[in-house]
Amino acid sequence: MEDHRLKWVLGFSLLIGLIVVLFLLNIGFGSVAIPFDDILKVLLGDEASRKAYHSIILKSRLPQTITAVLAGAGLAVGGLQMQTLFRNPLAGPSILGISSGAGLGVALILLFAGNVLGVTVSAYGMLGHLTVVGAAFVGAFFILMLIVFFARALRDNTILLIVGIMVGYAASAIIGVMKFYSPKEDVHAYVIWGLGSFSNVSWEHLSILIPIVVVGLLFSLLLIKPLNVLVLGENYAENLGVNIKRTRLAILFCTGLLTAAITAFCGPIAFLGLAVPHLTKGLFRTSDQKVLMPAVILAGTVLALFCNFIARMPGFEGALPINVVTGLIGAPIVISVIVKRRKLNING
Amino acid sequence: MDNTILLQSSDLAVGYKQSNGRTQLLHQDINVQLNQGEFACLLGPNGAGKSTLIKTLSGFIPKISGDVCINGLNLHDYKRGQLAKVVSVVLTEKLQVSNMTVFDLVALGRTPYTDFFGNLSATDKGLVLQAINDVGLQGFANRQLICMSDGERQKAMIAKALVQDTPLIILDEPTAFLDLPSKIEIVQLLKKLAVNNNKGILLSTHDLELALQLADKIWLLAQGRQLECGIPEDLVLSNSFKSFFEKEGVLFDNESGSFRVQKDQLKTIQVIGEGVEYQWLCHALNRIGFQTTLVEGDYPSIKTVENANEAFVLNGVDGHDKQFKTIEELLCEINIFLKSN
Repeated sequence: MEDHRLKWVLGFSLLIGLIVVLFLLNIGFGSVAIPFDDILKVLLGDEASRKAYHSIILKSRLPQTITAVLAGAGLAVGGLQMQTLFRNPLAGPSILGISSGAGLGVALILLFAGNVLGVTVSAYGMLGHLTVVGAAFVGAFFILMLIVFFARALRDNTILLIVGIMVGYAASAIIGVMKFYSPKEDVHAYVIWGLGSFSNVSWEHLSILIPIVVVGLLFSLLLIKPLNVLVLGENYAENLGVNIKRTRLAILFCTGLLTAAITAFCGPIAFLGLAVPHLTKGLFRTSDQKVLMPAVILAGTVLALFCNFIARMPGFEGALPINVVTGLIGAPIVISVIVKRRKLNING
Repeated sequence: MDNTILLQSSDLAVGYKQSNGRTQLLHQDINVQLNQGEFACLLGPNGAGKSTLIKTLSGFIPKISGDVCINGLNLHDYKRGQLAKVVSVVLTEKLQVSNMTVFDLVALGRTPYTDFFGNLSATDKGLVLQAINDVGLQGFANRQLICMSDGERQKAMIAKALVQDTPLIILDEPTAFLDLPSKIEIVQLLKKLAVNNNKGILLSTHDLELALQLADKIWLLAQGRQLECGIPEDLVLSNSFKSFFEKEGVLFDNESGSFRVQKDQLKTIQVIGEGVEYQWLCHALNRIGFQTTLVEGDYPSIKTVENANEAFVLNGVDGHDKQFKTIEELLCEINIFLKSN
């Protein structure tokens, strides 16, 4: 038992160290080169050598980095919860169609406004952007409520999972129809939203996003014990005194809240929520949620910061969509980790 | 043996709700009882409703009517958390959780007793290790579940049930997918736990012969029939086993307490000899459709010779002797003989 403890402490230290380094890298690198001591000065509240540095760091890089932290942590927790609840390694925070719901909301606003009202939402700047965020949140929450309704009626988790996936397909299909009948510019705006980004989130947005994600993460910590038991399946869990229906609703609500808020602000971020739990389990080699939950929060942060850092590397000018980075860089990493682990399993 | 009644049903009716909202009644007027330290087996053919009864008794599905009392209190009146401290279950399902050790799994059995985050106290840890030893998995505490055999995993589940510290343990066909040696091991283990740990254990199973040898009580269940219970020997003598399990081609032998396959035995052959060779020779001859007899007659005869290189002597009706090393060679010859006639 004791060597496990040591391994876990090492794992947590490694993740925290990586977060600090990646956080500084995210702040420090970008299209404008800023000297390191200026960065520290700005972060510590002192005057930098140039006024522009101040505004670049505080108005652009810092909110973007914080958004990455929130999104990484939130989506990773959602992924862990869904994989545990459905006992399915392919589940992720978007498995129940919540991201599709957000997409549906955005599509409705962007494409209907273009088609029916003849206005382009993206032309309205800040106000337009908030409209998009609101629409995404409403869409995601509508689907979440639909799923919760089904969850109350259905006993079987597998059937609930299938229903969730079908709801997602239905939402995507509606989006498809709307895209087909919409002018090019609006479709383009929707596609851009769909590629995901951490850079469109301002401090005003963060004042909404931070409390929601923090509440979601704290809530997830309260679900550690029932999640641990759910690993055994619903029958065993029920026999051990877990109220299955209530727990399931709580888990769905927690993941739904996190996913809805993050997707609304950042667009549908693929892959993070699915991959991080696998990476974390590979690193910590435990099934105990008391370890996994905080570890997944940290690992999600690390991966999101890393992907954001790549997207902001000089040359890309911050224009590289985050989903491109998560897919192209993250996927090979995850595959290599999982394949390596499989080898270990076969050998020992 | 302590005679405290742990589980008692009175006029219990079980069944399940169909998707159209109607209830399907499977069995009614079930009156059974299970005492502390007693190991009972629920037996019945597939589709008899064993699982439904087990699920009703352990509180997974609601009863149709009647009452179930566990430890003196109506099942109905238990709160979820209380029930978890009175009944523990082991189910058929295979558990595949990566990264989970035997210790982790068994420790989950302490869930009803641990704090909000499920932290284990030193006492909890001691109980977990004790239970792992009790089921014969010494040294397996840090073994990964995915690196264990099905039988070992089920033993770990039994250890989980033990640390749950319930007077009653109910097992729903836990041996269904195990090989025969593992089945025997598990059933023996359950019998031992009932006695040593003074638990009431109810096991539903298909393995009638094992249950006959180890169960204190047997509950027989079949579709459309009243549940019968009693000690194994009485149920054999009253022909209950015969009537519950025999079907066309399958016979229950009251003497050996095992099943036999019914075959048409049209031809007769004389067999003389003794010992193991004699027994297995008769076995082989029965298998290919001969009735064996000691009486001489108008048919071939076979003698077994002990400690000889050529152990089987066939005396055909023509009066010539032929000797064989193995039963296989002998059967070959008999087949040729049969075809020529």
